[in-house]
Amino acid sequence: MSEAAGATELEQPASFAFTAENLAKARVIIAKYPPGRQASAVLALLDLAQRQHDNWLPRAAMDAVADMLEMARIRVYEVATFYTMFNLKPIGRHLLQICTTTPCWLRGSDEVVAACERKLGIKMRETTPDGLFTMTEVECVGGCVNAPIIQVNDDFYEDLDARSTEVLLDALRRGEKPPVGSVKKRQGSMPEGGKTTLKHLSFSGDPNARG
Amino acid sequence: MLADKDRIFTNLYGEYDWRLAGARGRGDWAGTKDLILKGRDWVVEQVKESGLRGRGGAGFPTGLKMSFMPKTSDRPCYLVVNADESEPGTCKDRDIIRNDPQKLVEGCLLASVGMGAHACYIYIRGEFVNEAKRLQAAIDEAYAAGLVGKNACGSGFDFEIYLHRGAGAYICGEETALLESLEGKKGQPRNKPPFPAAVGLYGCPTTVNNVETIAVIPTILRRGAAWFAGIGRPKNSGTKVFCISGHVNRPCNVEEAMGIPLKELIETHAGGVRGGWDNLLGIIPGGSSVPVIPKSICDTVLMDFDSLRDVKSGLGTAAVIVMDKSTDIVKAIARLSKFYMHESCGQCTPCREGTGWVWRVMERMVRGEAEVAEIDMLLDVSYEIEGHTICALGDAAAWPVQGLIRHFRPELERRIAAYRAAAAAKAA
Repeated sequence: MSEAAGATELEQPASFAFTAENLAKARVIIAKYPPGRQASAVLALLDLAQRQHDNWLPRAAMDAVADMLEMARIRVYEVATFYTMFNLKPIGRHLLQICTTTPCWLRGSDEVVAACERKLGIKMRETTPDGLFTMTEVECVGGCVNAPIIQVNDDFYEDLDARSTEVLLDALRRGEKPPVGSVKKRQGSMPEGGKTTLKHLSFSGDPNARG
Repeated sequence: MLADKDRIFTNLYGEYDWRLAGARGRGDWAGTKDLILKGRDWVVEQVKESGLRGRGGAGFPTGLKMSFMPKTSDRPCYLVVNADESEPGTCKDRDIIRNDPQKLVEGCLLASVGMGAHACYIYIRGEFVNEAKRLQAAIDEAYAAGLVGKNACGSGFDFEIYLHRGAGAYICGEETALLESLEGKKGQPRNKPPFPAAVGLYGCPTTVNNVETIAVIPTILRRGAAWFAGIGRPKNSGTKVFCISGHVNRPCNVEEAMGIPLKELIETHAGGVRGGWDNLLGIIPGGSSVPVIPKSICDTVLMDFDSLRDVKSGLGTAAVIVMDKSTDIVKAIARLSKFYMHESCGQCTPCREGTGWVWRVMERMVRGEAEVAEIDMLLDVSYEIEGHTICALGDAAAWPVQGLIRHFRPELERRIAAYRAAAAAKAA
C-alpha cells in the first residue's frame, strides 16, 4: 500500500483549491451517485486533485476533498493511504510503474528493471535528480499476454525487453511521447505474426461504419 | 476448434472500429427493444438455460444469481459490473472494454432487465485509464443514441449506467470489497451473509457480475440459449476468452469453446510451448490463484470448470500461465506469495499475518535455506489461512503454495539438500 509515513516530513502546501475547470468536473462526478452518497466520489476527486497537483496528493488536497464531500478527514486519509495509485509525496514527471508479477517475470521483467536501473542510475522508489523519472515496482497491471509491461503515468508500454526499454526511456527523456501499446507493434493481444481466429467473419452491416 | 461464426467477440483484437456505428455493423444493439419487451422472467430463463457460469473466476451459474434479486423492492436495485481485472495472468476484460465496449453496455442493460435493476455502476480498475476513457465514450454514445437512459431503446425501461474508476487495489475485485470501495471506503470485504442480492450497494439489492459474463448476454439472448449451451460440455457451456501468457511462442488472448484441451489451446493459438511441448514444466491454468499443474496433467486436461476442479486446480479466469523447463518454479510461486502479501487488505489476521509469513518462508525455499520439515509446516499454515478469512484472498494465497508442494515437493527437497551440501563444503 502507499507510503503514508513520509507525508509528515514533507513540505506540505498550506492550501489547495480545485481550478474552476476541475470544480466543474467534480460536480459532474458527484452527480453520478444518489443524494447523500457523495462519498462515492472520493476516489475520483482524489485522482482529480492529484492530477492538478503535479501528480501527488498533499494533505491540503485531501482536506479539500473531505470538506467538499462532507466526509470526516480521517476517512479520506484512510482511502488515500489504502489505494496504491495515490502518491503522498512528490514524484518525477514520468512515473515508471514496472510490473514484476509472475507473468511479466516469466517474460523478462528482471531485464526491464535492470535496464531502468542502469539507464537512470536509480533504484526502486527513487527519483532521478533531474526530477524526470520515478521508478516503482507494481503488481500485475493486467496486460499479461503483452508482458513485460511498464506503465508510464497513464499509458502501458508492452512487449518490452532491455533494448526497447532503453529506447523508451531515451524518447521520454527527449520529451517525446512514443506510441502507446506494444513496442513490437503487435495488434492488441493478437498472437505475434498473425491471428489464428476471426478470419472468416460475415457481418450484418459495416463492421467499420463511422457514425 | 470453435468456428468463427460462433465467436462472440469479433473485435477482440481491435481490428475494427470500436465506436457505436461499427459495433452496430457487427450486430450489436440489433432488436434490443424486442429483447427487453420479452420481459424479466424470459431473460433469466434464457440465461439459466444457456448454462452460463460467471467468468470472473468462481463459475457460479449466472441465471441463478440473477434470480436471487428480489421480485419486488421498495429500494433501488443495482447491477454492479466488476471490471477490476487484476488477477495475475488475466487481461481479457481489458480487450472487451477497449475493443467491444458496446457489447458490455448492451449487456448491462439486458442483464438489468433480468434483475429488475434500473441503475448500473461499472467499477473499472484505476490503472486502466485509457480503457476507462474509451468505455466512457461508448456509454456517452449509447446515451446520445437513446439506447440507455430514460426509455432505453424506446422500450419504456429506464436505465442509467455509470462508470466508476478504482485506484489500485486487487482486493476490490472481491465483490463486497468492491461495493465498499464504490461507497467511498477502503476496499475491505464485508461479512456474508447478508449477500449483496439482499444488502449490497448503499444497502440495496445488488448483483455483481464480471465484464465477460455481462458482455456475452446480448448474444445469448439473440442467438438463443440452446446455441450457447451447445458449445462446450454440459454444465461447462459456451465460449470463453482465454489469456495465454508466459513461455509460449506467441502469447495472446483468444476466444475458444469451453472444454478445449489445454494442449490444443496452446498449440493452435499461442504457437506452442517455447522449445516444444516436451519442454513444458507446468501451467497455472486459471490465473495466479489456482494451483499449478505439472506437464503430466497438462497433456490431457480440458479447459473448463469441472475438468480442472477434478485435477485439484481451477478454471478461474482462464488465464493460462505457461512455464517451461527453464523456470525456477519455486521463485515463480514465491513471487505470487509476495503478490498476495502486498494485496492483503489487512482485515483478517490469518491472511494479514499468514501471507507475509508464507512469503518469507517461500523466499528461503527458493534458496533451499530451510528444514525439510518446514515444507509440511508451510502446507499446514496454508490450510490454516484457507477458509479462515472473510473473503477468498486467503484461499487464493494458499492454493499456489499447496499446488507447488503437491507437484514439486522433490524440487523443494533437492534445494534444501543442495544448500546444506554447499554450507557443509564451505565449513570443511
